[in-house]
Amino acid sequence: MKQFLKRLLGAIPVIIGVVLLIFLMLRIIPGDAVSVLLGDHVSQDTIDRLTAAMGLDKPMWQQFVSYIGNLFKGDLGISYTYGLSVSDMIMEAFPYTVKLTAMAIVFAWAFGLLAGIISAIYQNKLLDRLFMGMSLMGLSMPVFMTSLFLQYLLAFKLGWFSLVSDGSWPTMILPAIALGWNSAGSIARMTRSSLVEVMQADYIDTAKAKGLRYRAVIVGHGLKNAMLPVITMMALQLSSMLSGAVITESIFAIPGIGRLATTAITNRDMPVLQGTVIFTTIIVIAGNLLADLLYSVLDPRIRKGQ
Amino acid sequence: MDESIRNQESLQSQIGEKDGIGEKLLRMCRQNKLAAFSAVLILVIILMAVLAPVIAPYGEAEQDLLNRLQGPSAKHLLGTDELGRDVFTRLLYGARVSLTIGILPSLISLAVGVIAGLLAGYVGGAVDYIIMRLADIMLSIPSLLLAMVVTYTMGTSTVTLFVALSMTGWASVARVVRSQTLSLKESEYVQAAQSIGVSKLVIMLRHILPNCLPSLIVLFTLNIPSAILSESSLSFLGIGVQMPQASWGLMVNQAKEFLFTAPWLCLSPCLAIMIVVLAFNFLGDGLRDVLDPYMKNQ
Repeated sequence: MKQFLKRLLGAIPVIIGVVLLIFLMLRIIPGDAVSVLLGDHVSQDTIDRLTAAMGLDKPMWQQFVSYIGNLFKGDLGISYTYGLSVSDMIMEAFPYTVKLTAMAIVFAWAFGLLAGIISAIYQNKLLDRLFMGMSLMGLSMPVFMTSLFLQYLLAFKLGWFSLVSDGSWPTMILPAIALGWNSAGSIARMTRSSLVEVMQADYIDTAKAKGLRYRAVIVGHGLKNAMLPVITMMALQLSSMLSGAVITESIFAIPGIGRLATTAITNRDMPVLQGTVIFTTIIVIAGNLLADLLYSVLDPRIRKGQ
Repeated sequence: MDESIRNQESLQSQIGEKDGIGEKLLRMCRQNKLAAFSAVLILVIILMAVLAPVIAPYGEAEQDLLNRLQGPSAKHLLGTDELGRDVFTRLLYGARVSLTIGILPSLISLAVGVIAGLLAGYVGGAVDYIIMRLADIMLSIPSLLLAMVVTYTMGTSTVTLFVALSMTGWASVARVVRSQTLSLKESEYVQAAQSIGVSKLVIMLRHILPNCLPSLIVLFTLNIPSAILSESSLSFLGIGVQMPQASWGLMVNQAKEFLFTAPWLCLSPCLAIMIVVLAFNFLGDGLRDVLDPYMKNQ
């Protein structure tokens, strides 16, 4: 627990660093915001007035301090394009992304674990080769390729799913599989290699000597211990999954955070881009902390603080 | 390709610590046919990319509006796109862009990561803290979103892609180099060098860096496919490589409009990406087996 609190405190400078980095990177071009808002044919006087009204004439550090202050209040600024509060826009889009990633994670875990366990049981047999080949392909396929492939085969050719998602559960299945495919592959490989390793420990021999069935040994003793590295990996994947969500959301027309970010780029809507990137990163950091906590609950060696 | 502990141990016993990298590579080619094949495949693809103007049956942007969206035929091996351009030709030219963007940022992030990791591990203290927090920051921002922020500021260009991909790549290199430096710092020969007054810089470059080399080769090889995937994702979203240049991701971006009428148009660049990424992954795994057996399962 003490370890966890330490990690929690350690996350604070990282979050501040992320905000500072994104903040600075988006402001390297001076005066950009106002020209985006007003277009070309305006007088210098108008530009100056708007700059002052938006607080853009203040020194950078003052702007940053007020941005951080507002961030704590949950205020991420106003969208240039839509004039809406960025936090409201994010909160409207966020449920879709949560739905998508949650379903993708469930798929990745279910499919990855199953494939990994079966592969470990039938090590070096045909089934193992088949699953490992599939997972390697999953790892090497870009998210858009999986998405387009599934869209073509399952939605267009077979008509089992709708081509685009309207945000409801059934229409999210296809994008979630596309997004989770990649992770499923690495979870399967990790589960297999970690299980194979654990199965050589002495306590597995003991369990076998007690006369437990092989499958019971794998699930009851092996899997529990093999899960630790898999959990860590899953947390590390949250970041790439949220990257992938940008692509699946764009292909399946899901109005989530990723779509918000892509449209913000086209509209040069800086506050929205800034808000989505910072928000997503904080989610990733929180996810990693959660995995840490889970890890310490599951592993008594860490829990007892050794 | 997954390796069991037994495999690992037998490998470790086979590895004479005195073997040079060249000998280890030779052994990989003998023992791991898949990795050797991947290496050959990568070389062939690089060669084809370099020789694109010679091999390509048509010009890079040569249009033939009368023969649009044609399926694969003897005249056009992989068909034609919506402007009647030969897909095989575009694929060859796209390989140049995709491979350059895979390899060059990986080199940059390798160099930056090595310097950062050596400093963090060897100097320690505040330098270590700052460098590692920077690495944490870079690793926690989803790479695609970071690239989008860079694109917002720098506009869409190949240089933007270099910057964006290097920014995400260096952090993981730095972490590995740092942890190796920390353990090497305690080794006897480094302490001996310290005791006779060898300067810090020389110790870092002459005594620690060469020992990190095997893991660096592995990291570099495995960095390339992820850079290729990132490039293709960005170009797919339309914020990476821009027309009239061809890149595999950009080709999919344009072909996706015709997914239901001309599916082969999407298929060839997708398969090209997948094959190259697979080959680099196989090669990276093979290299890790011979060069850096301890890094497995990490």
